[in-house]
Amino acid sequence: MSGVTNIIIAGLGGQGVLKASDIVADAAFRAGLDVKKSEIHGMSQRGGSVSSDVRYGQRVLSPMVPSREADYLVVLDPGQVDNNRPQLRPGGTLIAPDAVDGSRLRSRKTLNVALLGALSIRLDIPEAAWLDAMRANLPEKVLDLNLEAFAVGRKA
Amino acid sequence: MALAAYHAGVALGTGYPGTPSTEILEHLASLGGRAQWAPNEKVALEVAIGAAYAGARALVTMKHVGLNVAADPLFTAAYTGVTGALVVVSADDPGMASSQNEQDNRRYAVAAGVPMLEPSDSQEAYAYTLLAIEISERWELPVLLRMTTRVCHSKTVVLPEAPRPAPQPRFTRDIRGRVMIPANARPAHRRLREKLARVAEWNEAEGPRERTPGGPLGIIASGVAAVHAREAAPEAALLKLGMTHPLPYQAIREFAASVERCVVIEEGDPYLADAIRAAGMAVESAPPMYRFGELNVERVRRILARDETPEAAPPPGKPPELCHGCPYRTVFSTLRDLGCIVAGDIGCYTLGVLPPFGAMDTCVCMGASIGVGLGMRHVLPEEEARRVVSVIGDSTFVHSGITGIVEMVYNPPPTGHVVLILDNGTTAMTGMQEHPATGRTLEHQATGKVIIEDLARAAGVSHVAVIDPPADPEGFRSLVEEALARRELSVIVARRNCLLAAGKIKAYERAIVAEGALEKCQ
Repeated sequence: MSGVTNIIIAGLGGQGVLKASDIVADAAFRAGLDVKKSEIHGMSQRGGSVSSDVRYGQRVLSPMVPSREADYLVVLDPGQVDNNRPQLRPGGTLIAPDAVDGSRLRSRKTLNVALLGALSIRLDIPEAAWLDAMRANLPEKVLDLNLEAFAVGRKA
Repeated sequence: MALAAYHAGVALGTGYPGTPSTEILEHLASLGGRAQWAPNEKVALEVAIGAAYAGARALVTMKHVGLNVAADPLFTAAYTGVTGALVVVSADDPGMASSQNEQDNRRYAVAAGVPMLEPSDSQEAYAYTLLAIEISERWELPVLLRMTTRVCHSKTVVLPEAPRPAPQPRFTRDIRGRVMIPANARPAHRRLREKLARVAEWNEAEGPRERTPGGPLGIIASGVAAVHAREAAPEAALLKLGMTHPLPYQAIREFAASVERCVVIEEGDPYLADAIRAAGMAVESAPPMYRFGELNVERVRRILARDETPEAAPPPGKPPELCHGCPYRTVFSTLRDLGCIVAGDIGCYTLGVLPPFGAMDTCVCMGASIGVGLGMRHVLPEEEARRVVSVIGDSTFVHSGITGIVEMVYNPPPTGHVVLILDNGTTAMTGMQEHPATGRTLEHQATGKVIIEDLARAAGVSHVAVIDPPADPEGFRSLVEEALARRELSVIVARRNCLLAAGKIKAYERAIVAEGALEKCQ
């Protein structure tokens, strides 16, 4: 579908895949776009594969990214790159866990948000929308840590 | 749905947790509405029926298989009808992301004779919840709100409406309408069919549906399948049905006549296609291979192209497993080492079937472990019968294991039986919900607590023991060995909080103690 940006965020249960996709969807919504996101969870807290689709544009129909049509694939676990790569369209962008230098993160738990930083510089969503989305979706006590991780990701 | 229920002044939301329905009641509570977990779906629906008889608006939520448990009250509530509003949410799981089957609960609307709405996104989930309440009050009928995983576990933009005033509950006696002895039930069945005929007229005249012009291809669809279809074939004419029972046959007939080729796109059973064909219309439907699993844009394109070539299997991801540090790991390694035949049940602990444990032999439905274990004990040769163990979680036990214990006491197998109740202090599988044996409400406040071991003793089980297996693996092993060696009935409660929930449980307990201390001071 023309004018729709397709993003898949993938990883393992407990890595913050769903939180990251919530932030992307909220940022797109705050930028005034139609947005749909969908995922499969249930068994996800038991350490299995988790992935979430986010689609935004002027008008979005299906909540699922069609096979092999992802414009961006953000992967939080190195072991989850190969099984998710086929979802990427030819010429699509992979943002793998090593896209951000992990040693520059104060907490490994913020890798999800750091990778969103790396994603954000490639998308036409204003930085202010990202920051507002993080404030709305993250608990107060870990907000600063995550804002820092997001900034690290934007410079990556 | 929770927001709509809140805006509509729903007086009571109840249900049993189950993916993908769990979040509705939790969200309703967080908005400030009244929401509570019931021990199982049947009780939840009965409570909601009572609230609706009393003139209130009631919402009851469950996953698809939960409606099997609640089917008994549903069928007769359709006869009695309701005074207030009764909205029954069935969250189906085509593709079985987290379920034991992919049954299509649209069949229940037909079987029970209740109107059914199928939202396709979050906006419609909101709008149809409000509409379901209106329909329920107008025709005094329960309404089925049939959801699927991709509508439940998705987020799309919602424009809410202004909150609506709700009626004040009050009791009105209606013995002929609500006491279903045969003399009252016979006219009640006729009343139900008359009401459905009027709902069908309304659906025909002004029911929720959208007709998008196009052609020469025409697509009839409902729910999330309709948005997949819109994207897969933007040039096609589309009839998107919002109310799929009773169906607007005249509108369907006009649509089908207006296009050259008419294809029904639906997830799961060929429910719409069969009904439309039975009404004498020639429509195409998906080849049988698409009945399995979820639909998506690509699969809809394939259906429209009549493509029956094998589909590429998605690359395997990492399967879930029992968490490292899960108290049940000790239980399943012991059962494996003792060579037990394990009748299992529904919950995280079903993962005990996977390597390195391989310690589960059956898993059917909520509560089945006890009955299935007993059945095997009754017929197997003695040396095998003596190795049979039933394994059930705490929430599942309260849901539908109690009657299994009663059966065990009433019809004990000659070799006795051993039931292991794995009490990790939460409904872990669905995301750490409370249940009657935690002694805390949906919102984690103190309430009455069911003591599992006391229940087993009261039912007449001769040997009841409680143990923390990871704290004493050797003791646990000998306890199971002793129980297996006896020709008597044993219940072993393996109690240790879920690793993922332990921190939260401590925090809830501290909050309850602090509140109690505060009340004493006042």
